[in-house]
Amino acid sequence: MGGDPLFAHGLSLAVWLILLGKVVAVFVIVLVSVLFMVMYERKAVAWLGVRYGPNRAGPNGWLQSLADGTKLLFKEAFTPRTADKWVYKLAPYLMLVPIMIAFSIVPMGGEITIAHHTTYVQLADPPWGILFLLMASGIAVYGVMLAGWASGSKYPLLGSVRASAQLISYEAVLGLTTATVVMVTGNASGFGDALHTHAIVAAQSGHLAFLHWNFIHTAFVSFILFTIAITAEMTRPPFDLVEAEEELSGGYNLEYSSIDFAWFYLAEYAALVTNSAILVTLWFGGPNGPTVFGHSIGPFWFAVKVLVVLYLYVWVRATLPRLRYDQLMDLGWKRLIPFALAWLMIVAGFQVTNNVSGSGFGHWLAQKAWGFVAIGAAIVLAVLFLRAVEVGGGASEVETAQQDRLAPDGREVARRGGTP
Amino acid sequence: MIQPLHLLGFLGQASPASSSGCTIAPGGFRVDGFCTDPGSLHIPVAYRSIIPVLVLTIGALVMLALSAVLPKRARPGLWPALTALVGAFSLAGAVWQWYDLGTAGAAQPTIGGQIFYDRFSVLFLILISIAVIFGALSADSYLRREGLDGIEAYILMLMSAIGAMLMAQSGSLIMLFLGLEIMSIALYVMAAYHRRRTQSGEAGLKYFILGSFSSALFLYGVALIYGATGSVEFGLIGNFLTGNVIANNGVLLGGMALVIVGLGFKVAAVPFHYWTPDVYQGSPTPFTGYMAAVAKAAGFAGLFRVLTQALGTQQANWRPIIWLMAVLTLGIGSVMAIAQKDLKRMMAYSSISQAGYVLVGLQAASATGTSGALFYLFTYIFVIVGTFAVIGLLQGRGEARSDLGVIRGLGRRQPLLAGVMLVFLLAQAGVPFTSGFLAKFYVIQAAVQRGQYWLAVIAMLAAAIAAFFYLRIALLMYSSDPAEPGPLPVDVPPADAGVLTLGLEPIASLDLETTLVIDPPSRGPVPVPLAVGAVLAVSAAFTIAAGVSSFAIDFAKQATTLF
Amino acid sequence: MDWAVYLVGAAMILTGALGVILLRNPVHCALMLVFTMFGIFLEFINQGADFLAAVQIIVYAGAVVILFLFVIMFLGVDRKEAIGAERLRFQRPLAILLGLVALVEILALSRVDHWVSGAPAQSGALKGAGSNVAKLGQSLYTGYLLPFEMTAALLVIAVVAAVVMSRRHQPSAGEMSPAAQKELRESHQSALSASDPSLAGRLEAPSE
Repeated sequence: MGGDPLFAHGLSLAVWLILLGKVVAVFVIVLVSVLFMVMYERKAVAWLGVRYGPNRAGPNGWLQSLADGTKLLFKEAFTPRTADKWVYKLAPYLMLVPIMIAFSIVPMGGEITIAHHTTYVQLADPPWGILFLLMASGIAVYGVMLAGWASGSKYPLLGSVRASAQLISYEAVLGLTTATVVMVTGNASGFGDALHTHAIVAAQSGHLAFLHWNFIHTAFVSFILFTIAITAEMTRPPFDLVEAEEELSGGYNLEYSSIDFAWFYLAEYAALVTNSAILVTLWFGGPNGPTVFGHSIGPFWFAVKVLVVLYLYVWVRATLPRLRYDQLMDLGWKRLIPFALAWLMIVAGFQVTNNVSGSGFGHWLAQKAWGFVAIGAAIVLAVLFLRAVEVGGGASEVETAQQDRLAPDGREVARRGGTP
Repeated sequence: MIQPLHLLGFLGQASPASSSGCTIAPGGFRVDGFCTDPGSLHIPVAYRSIIPVLVLTIGALVMLALSAVLPKRARPGLWPALTALVGAFSLAGAVWQWYDLGTAGAAQPTIGGQIFYDRFSVLFLILISIAVIFGALSADSYLRREGLDGIEAYILMLMSAIGAMLMAQSGSLIMLFLGLEIMSIALYVMAAYHRRRTQSGEAGLKYFILGSFSSALFLYGVALIYGATGSVEFGLIGNFLTGNVIANNGVLLGGMALVIVGLGFKVAAVPFHYWTPDVYQGSPTPFTGYMAAVAKAAGFAGLFRVLTQALGTQQANWRPIIWLMAVLTLGIGSVMAIAQKDLKRMMAYSSISQAGYVLVGLQAASATGTSGALFYLFTYIFVIVGTFAVIGLLQGRGEARSDLGVIRGLGRRQPLLAGVMLVFLLAQAGVPFTSGFLAKFYVIQAAVQRGQYWLAVIAMLAAAIAAFFYLRIALLMYSSDPAEPGPLPVDVPPADAGVLTLGLEPIASLDLETTLVIDPPSRGPVPVPLAVGAVLAVSAAFTIAAGVSSFAIDFAKQATTLF
Repeated sequence: MDWAVYLVGAAMILTGALGVILLRNPVHCALMLVFTMFGIFLEFINQGADFLAAVQIIVYAGAVVILFLFVIMFLGVDRKEAIGAERLRFQRPLAILLGLVALVEILALSRVDHWVSGAPAQSGALKGAGSNVAKLGQSLYTGYLLPFEMTAALLVIAVVAAVVMSRRHQPSAGEMSPAAQKELRESHQSALSASDPSLAGRLEAPSE
């Protein structure tokens, strides 16, 4: 596979125009879906809470987000005196751009032919597609971090420091779980293509497509870890400590108003849509689905899947309470990262097939021996890890006690430290 | 359609590495074209060639895991014992390698051409393994005295040994750089390990900043050499330079110069030696000995590899540089040592001047010179580890004293300890019937064989100057006048003192972290722990044995596989 | 096409580099550094080095500079120029002079000497079909397997070193023998009463 067939015959004017059209299309899709998403969330949360939700602007209140946007646009754009003007104005864009470019690698359908030019229904299919995704999520930190710093006041700074620590912590899980998808894809479609998003989707197609989804192929665990991590990356509930009103009175975008604030708002929901789309691409076969009278209706299935995932996020938001900061860090570093590492090892083990001829259960065991070795190693490491957390936890309790200037009680401490 | 990936195929069947438009050259060097068959993602790995590295890596990881799961108050002496055990296994592996290799000819690259499996590297593997054992044994009592005992020091020691071994075995500039970094990062932290002494932190910081700078220069040199020759493997560089004469060799020479700078820093050759006195003085004393032994050996191994194997055809260009460095190192090291008042600082300059002799052997670029340099390095670790172990014993808690006075009258108080120290001093001075004499003799002989009489004369002059301060220490030990100890250098961090006088946060300021317990050495004999005693006894015995018998030079001659 | 991308990338690199050394505010400097990273990213893409391009952004822009910013924010060194307090007055002119000399040397060398020796790269050129990333992976797992594995050792040692340097080690009571605890408590007590008599007795031994 050599990427998008659009470029197979050089860059003619038509190709340029198609490219431009695709750029505009992606831009519009993201913006419109944000307008929709804001309302979708408010309505759904209201239903879950047995309330009406917004129901005044437009038919049944569906134009409410448009009205909100217009209102924001006409408010005064306020810049605090202590703010760093340039960075303050730059930050909202730094927030939005990575999310927009991440959407450009999402495949929304199979192939389409416009004026004799066949092309993928996705803006770009670079040979390093998944790395592009990680790259976008890596630089998304800048918006949050700089917005808080440039505001020149305390609460936004605290919020942004919290946020950047959170984003950095959960990025590792994101990478480790995505790696399992890459491995599975590489094994199915040849390891030269494993990073193409198009190839990832193609590898999940087949008879009874449901069984070929990576969701099944990596045995759910990777998907669950990935979902948790990407929720934290978006600072969505229950990981929305960044804008904990009770503690930070608003978070990193506290000082922003008018259009600048609108960008942040937009970026937040654009991230939600983009990441749901990526989730669908990586785990649920993207636009794969049953054909209707022999016609592929990829974009329809894609939209349906994204809507389901979006509802999942709304549901989580309406249900789960916010984590405490130390719980967040514990979950990230002590639970998710070790788990993701162990699972990566196990998936890798099962991707190795020993050349043992024959069939039957015994031969299958022999063929997949490395997978079972990996499971065994993971169990041993887990036991060691839990023991280490226990020992280390005892020691850190002692340190905390000493920092609190309690008189050290040797016997009590020794028992907690695990000494017999 | 599931295709097997043989990334982990080393226990299973190994498919031959050649199919569908991709080949791996016989030496395992490179891959031409793109392998569509995943089975060709398998290269033969000669595990026998990296046994000591594997042993140390696995040992370090197992010890880390153990330290995490064992209760905090582990048995005292567990970690040094384990470290010495790992070192012993590694030594056994290296000795096995020595006999496994036999008297094979030229060095053969293995594992994709990244390392060499030859007796030259095995000599260094043996040397580094011994340094690990000695380092662990002599550090234990010191660390316990200073209240620093824990596993980290030993992990750092093992890991730095891994880096040093990779440097000695390296078959490519990339491997050499990786080894250099692994070793250096561990050594930086070891230098700063005594967190309550400000000098130790200073030593670590200086070593780190200057060291990273020299690593950057080294890396730039690597890039230039790659640009000039098109490869990073020593063998391929050598082949290319043999087969082609580069008319415009500016890039190559620039790269060579920068690589020499980077490695010259590690071996503390003048003019890249400025860090040495400060770092040697500030570092915890047993670590200084370990550092002097391992970093120097590994740095010289790297220099030998690059200069003779990769750039052997450029001798006319690098020999004058090394010649000048040797002369400067010999002269400045010896002269500056005389002026020192501090024992550790004096030993630092002494170690600089010792590096000069190895440079003399290197610049001869001959089999005699190489075997002389190998003999020098091999015997030097026993001397230097032993010397610093003795100094560490005498200093008292908190490294209270390391001035020359601390050794005064040692001969009367503890004749045995003084005798051992005397052996080390005489060996460094190059007195006959010690290893130091033969070592100096062989490298100077190599210079004479190449007709470099001036260099030989300079080396002998430097030895004469150096003998002055070694003998001064020796005389001090046996001087009959144990003078009153001078005022003690009290090491209270300034911030701490301020806090104490102001009476603010008194409890916080009194934690162990900031309070350095200083306890000057008692006037009577210092206790010699068993482990240190064993190290000293073996070192002294070896130093004399290598000076009166020829087994060590035979060993070094058999390890000279580069020519 | 290539040259246009090259020019844009080169302009970004130079602008960013100049910004890093000329701007006063450390946060702005860090941002200019990111700008440079993106210039390098463009150049890598232009050369077909996709993986290096991605890693350039993920690692350098996404992690390293973020850490710089963390340090700047936590230490609060923003908006203050700390370079004023130089001990050695000749340092800055000397640095400028040496920098210029190095620049002139490089220019002179490139005029009088050919930089390229004509040696072809012998270790994994971009040949044949397949993406750059896959080829790089193949190279890592064949010819450069050992350096790749040993990088893991480098990372382990870096972690251990960072832990050693950052942890304020205070032997907890559980790690100390009872005698050592007693000794420590007594030394604290005596130092306390020496510094301020009113504080005497603050560190009473717990009832045994």
